[in-house]
Amino acid sequence: MKLEDFRERQAAAALSEEEIRAAVEREFQVIGRRLRRTDGIAKSTGRAVYTDDITLPGMLHGKILRSPHAHARIMSIDVSRALQLEGVHAVITGSDMPELYGIIPWSRDEYALCVDVVRYIGDGVAAVAAIDEETANAALDLIEVEYEVLPHFLDPKEALTNADTPIHEPKKPGENGNISKRVQLEFGSVDAKMAASDVVVKDDYFFEGTTHTAIEPHCAIGYCDAGGKLTVWSATQVPHYLHRELARVLDLDVAKVRVVQPPIGGAFGGKSEPFDLEFCVAKLAMITGRPVKILYTREEVFYAHRGRHPMFMRYETGADANGRIKAVHARTILDGGAYSSFGLVTTYYSGQLITAPYAMESYRFDSIRVYTNKPCCGPKRGHGSVQPRFAIEVQLDKIAEQLEMDPIELRRRNIIGSGSRTVNEFRITSNGFAECLAEVEKASDWKNKHRRLPYGRGVGVAGSCYISGTNYPIYPNEMPQSAVQLQVDRSGRVAVFSGASEIGQGSDSMLAYIVSEELGVPLDYVRILSADTDLTPVDLGAYSSRVTFMNGNACIDAARKIKTQVQQAVADQWLCKPKHVMLVGGWAFYGLDTETKMPISEAFNLAEAKYGALGATGSYNTPKDIHGEYRGGTIGSSPAYSFTAHVAEVEVDPETGFVEVQKIWIAHDCGRALNPVLVEGQMEGSAYMGFAEAIMEAHVFKETGLHNAPSLLDYKIPTSLDTPEMRSLIVESIDPEGPYGAKEAGEGPLHPSIPAIANAIYDAVGVRMDRMPFAPPAVWKAIRARAERERSGGLTPWKRDDASLAAAGD
Amino acid sequence: MIEAIELTVNGDTRELGVPSHYTLLETLRYVLGYTGSKQGCDKGDCGACTVLLDGVPTLSCILPVQEAIGREITTIEGLAEADGLHPLQDFFDVTGGAQCGFCTSGIIMSAAALLSENDDPTRDEIRAALSGNLCRCTGYTKIFEAIELAARSLRESAAESVES
Repeated sequence: MKLEDFRERQAAAALSEEEIRAAVEREFQVIGRRLRRTDGIAKSTGRAVYTDDITLPGMLHGKILRSPHAHARIMSIDVSRALQLEGVHAVITGSDMPELYGIIPWSRDEYALCVDVVRYIGDGVAAVAAIDEETANAALDLIEVEYEVLPHFLDPKEALTNADTPIHEPKKPGENGNISKRVQLEFGSVDAKMAASDVVVKDDYFFEGTTHTAIEPHCAIGYCDAGGKLTVWSATQVPHYLHRELARVLDLDVAKVRVVQPPIGGAFGGKSEPFDLEFCVAKLAMITGRPVKILYTREEVFYAHRGRHPMFMRYETGADANGRIKAVHARTILDGGAYSSFGLVTTYYSGQLITAPYAMESYRFDSIRVYTNKPCCGPKRGHGSVQPRFAIEVQLDKIAEQLEMDPIELRRRNIIGSGSRTVNEFRITSNGFAECLAEVEKASDWKNKHRRLPYGRGVGVAGSCYISGTNYPIYPNEMPQSAVQLQVDRSGRVAVFSGASEIGQGSDSMLAYIVSEELGVPLDYVRILSADTDLTPVDLGAYSSRVTFMNGNACIDAARKIKTQVQQAVADQWLCKPKHVMLVGGWAFYGLDTETKMPISEAFNLAEAKYGALGATGSYNTPKDIHGEYRGGTIGSSPAYSFTAHVAEVEVDPETGFVEVQKIWIAHDCGRALNPVLVEGQMEGSAYMGFAEAIMEAHVFKETGLHNAPSLLDYKIPTSLDTPEMRSLIVESIDPEGPYGAKEAGEGPLHPSIPAIANAIYDAVGVRMDRMPFAPPAVWKAIRARAERERSGGLTPWKRDDASLAAAGD
Repeated sequence: MIEAIELTVNGDTRELGVPSHYTLLETLRYVLGYTGSKQGCDKGDCGACTVLLDGVPTLSCILPVQEAIGREITTIEGLAEADGLHPLQDFFDVTGGAQCGFCTSGIIMSAAALLSENDDPTRDEIRAALSGNLCRCTGYTKIFEAIELAARSLRESAAESVES
């Protein structure tokens, strides 16, 4: 096709005159509209190529031999028989990669394969590469490992008091090797404020461990070419950190390692650090000179874990007679599992992240993370703060009841406003929490339901706050947290090179919306290439809800550099001011007279003629001066915070203890919804995941340390039949530093689900569920216990007159 | 042991040599290169491998390939007409029914089977039809919306074809 014809067609597909005139009046052309994703059709047609869908010529299959003991010393490993098996190309053990790794540079305590000690059932000890999966499995059976079994601890309280059997060697002599991390911080005078409180509630809470359960199992492929360049394709949400750790552990030049992240089948924090399979495929590929793939079995995914920490939480909260929070005192034990993972951060987050959306006059926490001989815990959606959020929001419900105050009103009275500082000195910029509360109150018809529904039915409310990324990267450095590179073609097509990880949340689409908004090209003129360390600039990864905020800002930065050039070049032609050149929907036009216009590709050509090849890089770095000047004051410090409120409505069957969550109203302040469809998707997915943890999930172990239910049949997650109806209510507070005012939406909306359901159960049947999950046996027991006390006169019947109580007792 | 079998996948009938222990999913993915059907659990728990066998949703990861001989196998790659999208594929994109996309093929196949029997399903009927397919991203709501919109679009195009 001739260029002229092509331009004509392009122009025909672009906006009409009328649409252009309307565009002049609008603040945004693309942002805020209900748009499709860039990868939606590839996914709905089965064409998206995930890691396990890749097959390379001559590819071998790898398998990892795993420990059958929860805690044991490796006395010897004999791989000779495995190596002799026909079809086996390589066998490796811990001594092939004897370099500690760990996502947090200060707490590296894992080997790619165990060197001397195994610390949970499932810890990797050897790996093989063979011509097919069957041969690899057969080879594992031929590896002989001699173990000396050591005492193991599954209960963190037990591990704490048995320092003579350390799961890890103490960092300093005399320290308890079973303590992974301890943080104690106090802000204000908690004891005095607690004593001066009119109401004090003090209770113990337990949050059961849960796991991510992405539907795609972890998978990685390694290939090392003849020149010694290693490529690893992996289902990871942190290609940059994996890149660094692969080079460090395998002792390679970082420049000769490439990490590629194909489309990923769910992550939720479960793929946010290096895993043994990535090191193993790399090493096996280096030894064999052939591509090697390892795909975890579903059972291995459960053992790889890194999910929600079980937490034992003792909370004491004091308030004055008006419901204002005067003091909070939290003591928390985190069950860390066998290794550190993100545990240092989790320990801080368990205390640091509950200081909003409510102002508190004083606050003290003591969090201690303990090693146990179980799969390692780590970050799961809402990292570290979902558990304490459950505790504090139930405490507030109890305080409201004691003060005979509506729990929404109690929360309203405590709102920390916009432009404020939390008690632990975090900077709050935009804050739409008041609107979130108002939205769920209205939509749920709260005032006509709370304490007014018949026995067995109830509503509960909860609020929360979450970070939009962290101000400080995992390894200290001054470089940008995120970067984007744009390249403009003469056809009008724009390519975006971004290090950000598309994990289903829509980060690729977000970039396309921004480029389309800034440069005026139609969405299908934007190509996204993301998360390939050879081709894309660094982004630190898809964790801590940082991607839209940071990568989005980086993309705007790059796009505006090009936009400025294009506007100038067109202005030169039209002899007008550059600011009057608008780029919208496939056109450049003169803002003061929309009859004057040219196809966007022509505008790009003018700019290329004037400036040379059109391209730009953009970057974003966080503000570094907005945290408290105390040790740990940087952890939890974020450029912006999102806010959420939920109301849950439940029906509890007092005969069985079965809780049916009927509906959840979710109001979330995401700053600005760049695409409301994707924001709602994050809100609903989050609320679903919180509901699942509240009602059914339990990542638990048998006495031996064997996983209780390592399958998708036995580890219960909700089906389409279980999941409640959900209503998303987007609140936009327009953050001053977010891209177009946007903040996060992927993790915050999970938090309130759990306490809102707990509080709704109380409203329904008058029992406090302070331990999770709220499964039928536990709820039934609580209902029975309350009935006993009601019969003995210790409690007044809940929502029932004496006649119906007597009937229920029969 | 390699076995020679004849299989009909997405309208193509062909002879294949497959290891005799292979499941239908392994045959589709490893022998034929139809990777749209996913392996999420490999034991029939998650539904990501769902394909249609003579129009009936079937877990291909636990079906010995021999059981599929002589049947019409339809995978996500064969759902649409050659020149376009099945309405389910289009509306999953419109409503945001696919996030990570890993369960999507299986869910769309289950939904396609439902719509071929019932072009106006209630929300409860949709919930029941998808109860063997786990999605971990969406909370299902946008999936339900996609199926309802696709059903409406199918009804409208059926009505149009009657009128014309």
